[in-house]
Amino acid sequence: MMERVDPQVVQQRRETAWSVGAAFAVMVAFFAIAPFVVYPVFLMQALCFALFACAFNLLIGYVGLVSFGHALYFGWASYLCAYVQKVGTLSIPFWFGKLVWIQIPLPPHTPELAVLVGTLTAALLGYIAGTVAIRRQGIYFAMITLALAQMMYFFALRTPFTGGEDGIQSVPRGYLLGRFDLSNEMTMYAFVVVVVLAAFLFIYRIINSPFGEVLKAIRENEQRAISLGYRTDRYKLVAFVLSASLAGLAGSLKALVFQLASLTDVHWTMSGDVVLMTLLGGLGTVFGPVVGAFCIIAMQNYLAPFGQWVLVIQGVIFVVCVLTFRRGIVGELGAALRVKL
Amino acid sequence: MFEIFGVPSQALFGQLLLGLINGSFYALLSLGLAVIFGMLNIINFAHGAQYMMGAFVAYLFLQYLGVNYWASLVIAPILIGALGILIERLFLQHVRKLDHLYGLILTFGLALIIEGLFRNTYGSSGQPYQVPELLRGGHNLGFMFLPNYRAWVIVFSLVVCVATWFAIERTRLGSYLRAATENPTMVRAFGINVPRMITLTYGFGVGLAALAGVMAAPIYNVSPQMGSDLIIVVFAVVVIGGMGSIMGAIVTGFVLGIVEGLTKVFFPEASNTVIFVIMVIVLLVRPAGLFGRTA
Repeated sequence: MMERVDPQVVQQRRETAWSVGAAFAVMVAFFAIAPFVVYPVFLMQALCFALFACAFNLLIGYVGLVSFGHALYFGWASYLCAYVQKVGTLSIPFWFGKLVWIQIPLPPHTPELAVLVGTLTAALLGYIAGTVAIRRQGIYFAMITLALAQMMYFFALRTPFTGGEDGIQSVPRGYLLGRFDLSNEMTMYAFVVVVVLAAFLFIYRIINSPFGEVLKAIRENEQRAISLGYRTDRYKLVAFVLSASLAGLAGSLKALVFQLASLTDVHWTMSGDVVLMTLLGGLGTVFGPVVGAFCIIAMQNYLAPFGQWVLVIQGVIFVVCVLTFRRGIVGELGAALRVKL
Repeated sequence: MFEIFGVPSQALFGQLLLGLINGSFYALLSLGLAVIFGMLNIINFAHGAQYMMGAFVAYLFLQYLGVNYWASLVIAPILIGALGILIERLFLQHVRKLDHLYGLILTFGLALIIEGLFRNTYGSSGQPYQVPELLRGGHNLGFMFLPNYRAWVIVFSLVVCVATWFAIERTRLGSYLRAATENPTMVRAFGINVPRMITLTYGFGVGLAALAGVMAAPIYNVSPQMGSDLIIVVFAVVVIGGMGSIMGAIVTGFVLGIVEGLTKVFFPEASNTVIFVIMVIVLLVRPAGLFGRTA
């Protein structure tokens, strides 16, 4: 079947490709220069959260699903990654009439494997939580995801392998592919940048694929998408699993960067942080979550000595964003320059 | 003392009582959330923070002005309710016509501000609040010891819940309210000031939260984060009950409190999570919630 494409649309797409390409080049250049100017661990933290926010934005910005429990995937992936990296062998309890511990022998100190395990854990959790949560829409969806995340927070608090209040500490970074020593900050930084950029391009590819177009159709009008014959629940579930997995990837990287997985990562404040980053940067923009994450992480770092005021300031940013600039920093910038970013 | 299912009656009924107490707070808070959602189409994330402020008003008034519990029971809801009205006028009315998401995020931001301010001033540790003199002590019922104050909380919150239900379902004012929930434009055409009704409804819902806070003060410690953990459980309660019915919110609140209490006796490890597990089961079996109407 021949597809008729409006020349105006072609023109528009070409312009979008230009502006996105230029912005991407600026971003890559920034990542290349920044570690020589700014403390690399701070940059790596911001990069992990940028990926986390991009993953979250995939749901809120392109499917219109508000998950208020994304800490669940971030935090649990972080735990699993840290555990595999530090200890290796996983023991998983199964119930076959009686309790059986299944041992999965995994080698410790292999970062690529640990990150993979973390990401897959998040994917699995995302599949389970997504199946439950997409049964309701709108505001209920947000409350359900939040409640599920809180449930898993209590689980993380109680289950022995997470180390409870202490978390999993002093995780070795190991050698990537057996060759690159990640305990070197610059090597670690390069690893994080490459993974985050690859994930960023992957997300960009998703939202500009036919699949992504269906997601946007669901965001705009789910009923109409259903009447056009799309099984919207399946699309929503796939998008949810993708978002959860990428959040898990971010969480796994974070565990390696800080050599730590702790309860903070699964707490609801983390879910709130990622909402804030995405909202501040711009919901449904390609670069917004990255900008938002850098702003919030910088703020949290520089205002850390002021204790609880960080909480107040974050609250104020939320209120100001919602009341005055709902398009976020990048959204407003794009509107001013008349380009899509 | 005797045993039921191998559990001493004292422990069983003690936990059941604690469950009923928790249930009273779930009921009061989810009732407020349901009333607010009905009129404003907003999930009030600041509900937990407003509950906390209610408790703090009682604590501070007693500490610095010597105002006793009974006066606080009246003053705190009015004061925090008035603050709620101010919040509605200043912020919430601007997002009413937008996507639900913005109301949720806005009230979440407000909750962070409130909690942050209180943490700055009072730290994270809890402050004790004395049980009022009239309600100290308790009765030995033979199978358990019943502290007077706890009995009072259960009875009083039941009365408040039923009174709210009556006011909304059985009075003229309540019928206006329900009509405005269904079709605000039409109700306005009849000459009823709907925006003012919306504002007052928010104030009322917030007042209920503050009332719950005052009642909670002598049982739990008064601390800045007492609301934020509770509100997530209340969200789960609201999902289970569905926000369509006032009575549904009340019944679900009390029943889930009892279930949680029983879990503490028979399977203590799961007591924190049981309500969330029930939520998952309800969603799988009856997605609209127990009392909800499918939208």
